[in-house]
Amino acid sequence: MSTLSVPHLLGIKDLTPEDLDLIFKTAEQFKEVINRPIKKVPSLRDITVANLFFENSTRTRLSFELAEKRLSADVVNFSAAQSSVKKGETLVDTVNNILAMKVDLVVLRHSAPGAAYFLSQHVDASIVNAGDGAHEHPTQALLDAFSMREALGRDNLKGVKVAIVGDILHSRVALSNIFCLQKLGAEVLVCGPNTLIPKHLHELGVLVESDLNTALEWADVANMLRVQHERMDLPYFPSLPEYIAQYGVDRKRLEQLSRIPVIMHPGPINRGVELSSDVADSEHSIILQQVENGVAIRMAVLYLLAAQRTPHYTS
Amino acid sequence: MTQKRLFGPEELGIILHRLACQLRESHSDFSSTVLIGLQPRGMALARALSQILAQDYGLKSIATGALDATFFRDDFRRRDEPIRANRTEIEHSIEGKRVVLIDDVLYTGRTLRAALDALHAFGRPQRTELLVLIDRRFRRELPIQPDYVGRHVDALDTEKVRLEWAEDGKLESVFLVSETPAP
Repeated sequence: MSTLSVPHLLGIKDLTPEDLDLIFKTAEQFKEVINRPIKKVPSLRDITVANLFFENSTRTRLSFELAEKRLSADVVNFSAAQSSVKKGETLVDTVNNILAMKVDLVVLRHSAPGAAYFLSQHVDASIVNAGDGAHEHPTQALLDAFSMREALGRDNLKGVKVAIVGDILHSRVALSNIFCLQKLGAEVLVCGPNTLIPKHLHELGVLVESDLNTALEWADVANMLRVQHERMDLPYFPSLPEYIAQYGVDRKRLEQLSRIPVIMHPGPINRGVELSSDVADSEHSIILQQVENGVAIRMAVLYLLAAQRTPHYTS
Repeated sequence: MTQKRLFGPEELGIILHRLACQLRESHSDFSSTVLIGLQPRGMALARALSQILAQDYGLKSIATGALDATFFRDDFRRRDEPIRANRTEIEHSIEGKRVVLIDDVLYTGRTLRAALDALHAFGRPQRTELLVLIDRRFRRELPIQPDYVGRHVDALDTEKVRLEWAEDGKLESVFLVSETPAP
């Protein structure tokens, strides 16, 4: 297999284990490319990509933009803050106007769950979901799994124990990670205050644990999620110091474990909240490797999706 | 599908030793030479040649690398399925060096064009040469010619040349494969 089974990347849920393997194998080669003196290949020379960010993002947008540029694609950027969305234009109209300028791929970040799916039904371009509300963030899950493979030195994640810790309720990273890790055969546990764990989550086949020490003792990998203050319309826990006391990871907590798991974080970190600085910067953390791998994974996704597009000159 | 054996192990051994000898003649001690096998099938040939150079001439530390040109191909999005990429491993600097690109079969020359582009990302060699085991000389689509040739094979467009390697890295056979049975 050297083609994806899907024409868009809307969520991990739609991908097969073979798709995941193809993306990882392709990303391994791109990781080598981005470590060359000249970090650029000409594959997507005749492709134009529009990065449509209806919601704020620094890292994901930069990572996508770098991935596109390293594949030699033409890139246009759009952020909602400075657009006609403010003037009342609909999503489909906005995107169709951009596509009229001959765009092949759209990378979409939107606050509404399902925005990428909706768009894929209405416009003629390959869509990459760069985060839709609290639904999915597929490229983050892919780069997380890719980084785990690398950190553990394995080419599959069968039987690997991954704890996802923190604000699960507001996290699209959590859901994509759960789908991705399960398809790869890993075991998933979520840990956080009951108020930040969605009801019925165990029905996805994940373990739910409220005690952080138990979770860390169990885990090979701990993926620490950010407390998303900006999405919290209600007080979900009594106070920040109390959250830190129960769910913050610092060196002292790690040193009590019989073995220390690999520490991951999708960024941006609230230093001193979910992770203390000494842990975030320690040898156990692979946070910066995750960022590097993000570019390679996004190159692989864009390359494999672009491969399916009919070239303009044959039509 | 039918296949015909063109060369067996004995003949191939002679060809490989001759190619190694020719390389030795023009590169003397290989101190400023880098051998680069093209992925996926040029690597086995590059390994076999460096093995012979080590055995016959005592040249044990020849710089070698592997180059994958998939992302530089000109047929991306023109094929039914994209080609799967392979690992590139170029740990030696090629800047100012004499690079010998090594591949099993030279056919249209398009892979080589991609490889020349890909090579640029690693530096500017003083000179780049091409060694191929099989040259299908009448099928070229680009002005690319080899400097060292094992054998010429003139075959139909519908036929393919396939190399078979033994487990220990020795070249066993070269086959001519045709999709349609011979009339």
